[in-house]
Amino acid sequence: MSGAFTKSMARNIFYGGTVFFFLLFLALSFDTHSQLPKRDMRANITPQIAEGKKLWEVNDCIGCHTLMGEGAYFAPELGNVVARYGDEGVKAFIKSRPKEGIPGRRSMPQFNFTDEQLDAIVAFLRHVNSINDANWPPNVQG
Amino acid sequence: MQYKSQAVAKPYFIAAIGLFVAQILFGLILGLQYVIGDFLFPAIPFNVARMVHTNALIVWLLMGFMGGAYYMIPEEAETELASPKLAIATFWIFLVAAALTVVGYLTVPYATLAEMTGNNLLETMGREFLEQPLPTKVGIVIVALAFLFNITLTVLKGKKTSISIVLLLGLWGLAVFFLFSFYNPVNVVLDKFFWWWTVHLWVEGVWELILGAFLAFVLIKTTGVDREVIEKWLYVIVTLTLITGIIGTGHHYFWIGTPEYWQWWGSIFSALEPIPFFAMTVFAFNMVNRRRREHPNKAAVLWALGTGVMAFLGAGIWGFLHTLAPVNYYTHGTQITAAHGHMSFYGAYVMVNLTMISYAMPILRGRAANSNKSQVMEMWSFWLMTVSIVFITLFLTAAGILQVWLQRASDTPLPFMVAQDKIALFYWMREWTGVAFLVGLLIYVASFFVGGKEEQSA
Ligand code: HEM
Ligand code: HEM
Ligand SMILES: [Fe+2]
Repeated sequence: MSGAFTKSMARNIFYGGTVFFFLLFLALSFDTHSQLPKRDMRANITPQIAEGKKLWEVNDCIGCHTLMGEGAYFAPELGNVVARYGDEGVKAFIKSRPKEGIPGRRSMPQFNFTDEQLDAIVAFLRHVNSINDANWPPNVQG
Repeated sequence: MQYKSQAVAKPYFIAAIGLFVAQILFGLILGLQYVIGDFLFPAIPFNVARMVHTNALIVWLLMGFMGGAYYMIPEEAETELASPKLAIATFWIFLVAAALTVVGYLTVPYATLAEMTGNNLLETMGREFLEQPLPTKVGIVIVALAFLFNITLTVLKGKKTSISIVLLLGLWGLAVFFLFSFYNPVNVVLDKFFWWWTVHLWVEGVWELILGAFLAFVLIKTTGVDREVIEKWLYVIVTLTLITGIIGTGHHYFWIGTPEYWQWWGSIFSALEPIPFFAMTVFAFNMVNRRRREHPNKAAVLWALGTGVMAFLGAGIWGFLHTLAPVNYYTHGTQITAAHGHMSFYGAYVMVNLTMISYAMPILRGRAANSNKSQVMEMWSFWLMTVSIVFITLFLTAAGILQVWLQRASDTPLPFMVAQDKIALFYWMREWTGVAFLVGLLIYVASFFVGGKEEQSA
């Protein structure tokens, strides 16, 4: 770190390198955006699915579960839960959570969703399951 | 203290440490809920405790960054802070907003909180780490702008050192990338894509500039090594950070609906991300070995060296462990991720804040360094917290390997909850180690209150 290599050279490489790689990142992101419509199934997003995503968010489901592997690790992956339990199975599970929890076990809250809300949540989860995510997770257990 | 206005850093440091204690208490609640599932249920469900744990962490790190910047910038710029009054005002705004947010999390159901705070106007809530209600997010932006205005003006009217410039770039970047937290499209792939522009480009991008600048500042002060040398290192480190870390974002684009080419871009560039962390370790040890003076604050030097080593272990080694796409296919979203999250956040950002606090706080309290007795306590807390986080990481890594084995790699994969039951032993060990961490933290807090004879002169 001595001799010919000066601080101002280091500074120039810093600015040049940062700008170059940031632009490259933007270019890759731009290309990704042109490919996404084929993968993210956006054409299928209905108001019901949008409502389901909102319910997913305002109840902070991500605070216990993962969705496509992102979130908390306290409770199962839900990106593929419709494949695991089926639509009706998922609804029945959410509906049947005891208000006071299950003694000694990790417990999920009783959210008192209406039937329409349950339909919306399942529609959202079904939509997530349909996204082309390079074959993740490795198996149905998530 | 060379400049009177540096004193505004003190309340920031005190609040940061207070929130750190809150963060750890909620961490212990979470850890217990992992093994006694209905602990505090339904009063404090896991997701609520987790929001408090992670948001308290982020807010106290930001408090520490602001305090550190307010301390450092006047000394670097060789002039008083542009507006000490503004700095104190934003401190209170920030603290009250943080407190109200936590009260909101703990007292009303999250859906009600969303309803009450205008989430319908602009839906931003309910995403990991970005759970804050809209008014809190707006508050963060206002506080950040006032803060940036204040320190930028100070630098503009004073001396513009390389350390200040790198720090300013990091802090401006922090504010700019936070703006992506307001973008939440219904398309969940786009939502996730840009969520990482806040989360990844923070911790593996602009925050590392802040980290480097803080470390460089403390090393100049404690070792007396020539500024030219230290600043050259700093530029090299932050160059390595950004040329690997920006495209390294791709390691989060493997399995969320984004094109497969990210498996190459993400794996290759993020595999290089440990290099700047390694350089930081070499940097810290090198400067301390070449020191031209014996600074009486031994504890601060220990924290600075510890930051280098632990950031490299937590971010560099534990990051590399699961960053190649074929590995990440199996480890994505498991306890391996949690293990890495803990050691990296602690090793890099907790420790650099504690380095700055350790160096600056005695001076803010009117002495070059604390008494020997106080420093010995602080060093005990350093070892207790650091060794605890190492073991927490090792236990979570063991849990994660078993989880992958049982639930993902097996020919007869077990359901998530069945696998969790089988690895409960490691969660118990993590929880007990967490108690040791808390003891270390309490000793740390106590070290501020033991007096004894002051160390003289610098
Ligand atoms: C010392 C006792 C601690 C305990 C028992 C503890 C426990 C936990 C638990 C159970 C989670 C939730 C994992 C999940 O989502 O399933 C968590 C998350 C987290 N904690 Fe801690 N924690 C502790 C200390 C810390 C410290 C010192 C830091 C930072 C320096 C920290 C940073 C985090 C972060 C960043 C997350 C989110 C991780 C992720 O999303 O991968 N925790 N913690
Ligand atoms: C100080 C710097 C770093 C911090 C604070 C940090 C923190 C974190 C956290 C909290 C997560 C979990 C995010 C979530 O909840 O979804 C995460 C994920 C990840 N980090 Fe880091 N990280 C750092 C540096 C690195 C580095 C240098 C690498 C690579 C060498 C790396 C590789 C990864 C990978 C691959 C994931 C995704 C894990 C998964 O698929 O579940 N990290 N990091
Ligand atoms: Fe990352």
